[in-house]
Amino acid sequence: MAQMTMIQAITDAMRTELKNDENVLVFGEDVGQNGGVFRATEGLQDEFGEERVFDTPLAESGIGGISIGLSLTGFRPVPEIQFFGFVYETMDAISGQMARYRYRSGNTRSMPITVRSPFGGGVHTPELHADSLEGLMAQQPGLKVVIPSNPYDAKGLLIQSIRDNDPVIFLEHMKLYRSFREEVPEEEYTIELGKAEIKREGTDVTLVAYGAMVHSCLKAAEELEKDGVSAEVIDLRTVSPVDYETILASVEKTNRAVVVQEAQKQAGIASNVVSEIQEKAILHLEAPVLRVSAPDTVYAFTQAEEVWLPNHNDIVEKVNKVVNF
Amino acid sequence: MKRVLENIENQFEMFQILNEKGEVVNEDAMPDLSDEDLKEIMRRMVYTRILDQRSIALNRQGRLGFYAPTAGQEASQLGSQFALDKADFILPGYRDVPQLIWQGLPLYQAFLFSRGHFKGNQMPEGVNAVSPQIIIGAQITQAAGVGLGFKKRKEDAIAITYTGDGGASQGDFYEGINFAGAFGAQAVFVVQNNQFAISVPVDKQSAAQTIAQKAVAAGIEGIQVDGMDVLAVYAATKEARQRAVDGDGPTLIETMTYRYGPHTMAGDDPTRYRTEDMDSDWEEKDPIVRFRKFLESKDLWSEEEENKVIEQAKEEVKAAIKEADNTPKQKVTDLMENMYEEMPSNLQEQYEEYKEKESK
Repeated sequence: MAQMTMIQAITDAMRTELKNDENVLVFGEDVGQNGGVFRATEGLQDEFGEERVFDTPLAESGIGGISIGLSLTGFRPVPEIQFFGFVYETMDAISGQMARYRYRSGNTRSMPITVRSPFGGGVHTPELHADSLEGLMAQQPGLKVVIPSNPYDAKGLLIQSIRDNDPVIFLEHMKLYRSFREEVPEEEYTIELGKAEIKREGTDVTLVAYGAMVHSCLKAAEELEKDGVSAEVIDLRTVSPVDYETILASVEKTNRAVVVQEAQKQAGIASNVVSEIQEKAILHLEAPVLRVSAPDTVYAFTQAEEVWLPNHNDIVEKVNKVVNF
Repeated sequence: MKRVLENIENQFEMFQILNEKGEVVNEDAMPDLSDEDLKEIMRRMVYTRILDQRSIALNRQGRLGFYAPTAGQEASQLGSQFALDKADFILPGYRDVPQLIWQGLPLYQAFLFSRGHFKGNQMPEGVNAVSPQIIIGAQITQAAGVGLGFKKRKEDAIAITYTGDGGASQGDFYEGINFAGAFGAQAVFVVQNNQFAISVPVDKQSAAQTIAQKAVAAGIEGIQVDGMDVLAVYAATKEARQRAVDGDGPTLIETMTYRYGPHTMAGDDPTRYRTEDMDSDWEEKDPIVRFRKFLESKDLWSEEEENKVIEQAKEEVKAAIKEADNTPKQKVTDLMENMYEEMPSNLQEQYEEYKEKESK
């Protein structure tokens, strides 16, 4: 076991898979000699050579296109989109193409691609770096969307994503890259996609979250505990498909739920979770399911992040509403 | 500034081997093709012209769906395909069904593609191709990736992809040729300049005098070819293929061609934007007429032979439509099964619902 930050765990996962499978290729803007703008691919080109880990021209759509072409020749591409705000440039390659290839070829072609990309607020990035656009991806049949919240999950989920024979969008929250370390096994291990994890057990209310909001929920849960409210915190880990089984079991126990996301209220995936709960567990509910999310504006200008991004206070407030409904 | 443009344009004079009378005007460039090869090319062109006529008729009868006419482009489509090996990988646009057929896609599957049935897109084992691309330009970046894959695997194979004159205005067109250039991908990019993108003439796409010169922006070789001359298209593709596998980089080939029919059969009316004069000018350049004259001058072709091909084409079309008719209808559960290797939980749940519906 080693103490790793999330970014180190991510590098470790790629190193593991580059070693395991000669078809794995890592590429993108500045991922080669430079080791990535966040050092996620540091040392990988030196270790595996330019044939396996390489820089590309600055064009996201082209990166998506070559990922598809490399898959058609039997490779397992792990491309990087430098910031997920740039996904618009490659929406066709992802949603219009790779997500649909297995289906459009009648199951004769597959796209074992893992698109890695950083996102997320709280680190004062310039425009279109921090936007939460997982909702766009979650709406596309054919994709899986994974968002880890800690180093241990990041490694296990990334190895599993790379081994998956269908396209996976792997979104890495920038604020979590180096915010804490935890024990991460040095050997390989995997975490099944589409499986949530209960991060904290509770009896009064279910908090469903992913990404940085998992930590805000845990902080809120601690405060709520002082007021005698016991919150169960679920980390989705995969936002498409969502592990509704775990959520529903929790809601049946607590009878109350709040879904928490960093994305705007009209975006993200919280509405999906609310719908599923009301379809499948309405008779277990003591109160409506509420959402914590950002306002429906364009992502905040840097200096407005603090007042705009949802935080643990917003969560406590919503939980109190649900508990006192 | 003017001089720069002129200098560039002078590099892209149209490459031609056969003139409109079927005379060889460029003996030095004559490709090495046996008499049997030459006859096979003619058979394929005639067959494909009949296939186009029959497809239009079948579409009008409602027995085919989406169809983009190909008449006029036989030299461009089949001359380039004839230069390929079995190992080469075709990434076609939506008008490029003939190349797939001659690469090995059974005709009934091409008809299923037209109708909208997934079985039409299941390339048989060993047919290195994907189904026709509807998003104009997407095939170009993907071809760069296939060509890079072949280079990495050190295979004697290329990716070949096709788009039209309108497609050369897309960002993905530029990105694709530029990536291929930067990586030395084993790829050949064919722009079939049929003068119109639906109703928009090529001079409204770009101020560039040729599309071939767009290769300069990617730092790769470019050539403009008489796309009504099957020998010139064959020779240019063959050479580009060789350059690619020799590690000399990708090539952009512009074929100057024409579609005699409408853009697609979905209600496009070419009389709204084309003149009769223009149509008849291009009909004089007909690739089949020209090649027929050439073969006749070498005593390699006869009316009898041509009629045989026509009859064969008509019969095979009839049989293929029948086979398409006999293909089982698609079920929602089929579509679900083709989504992922392993169905995620949401699909599993829906699968059960539809299985239940389908069993009633």
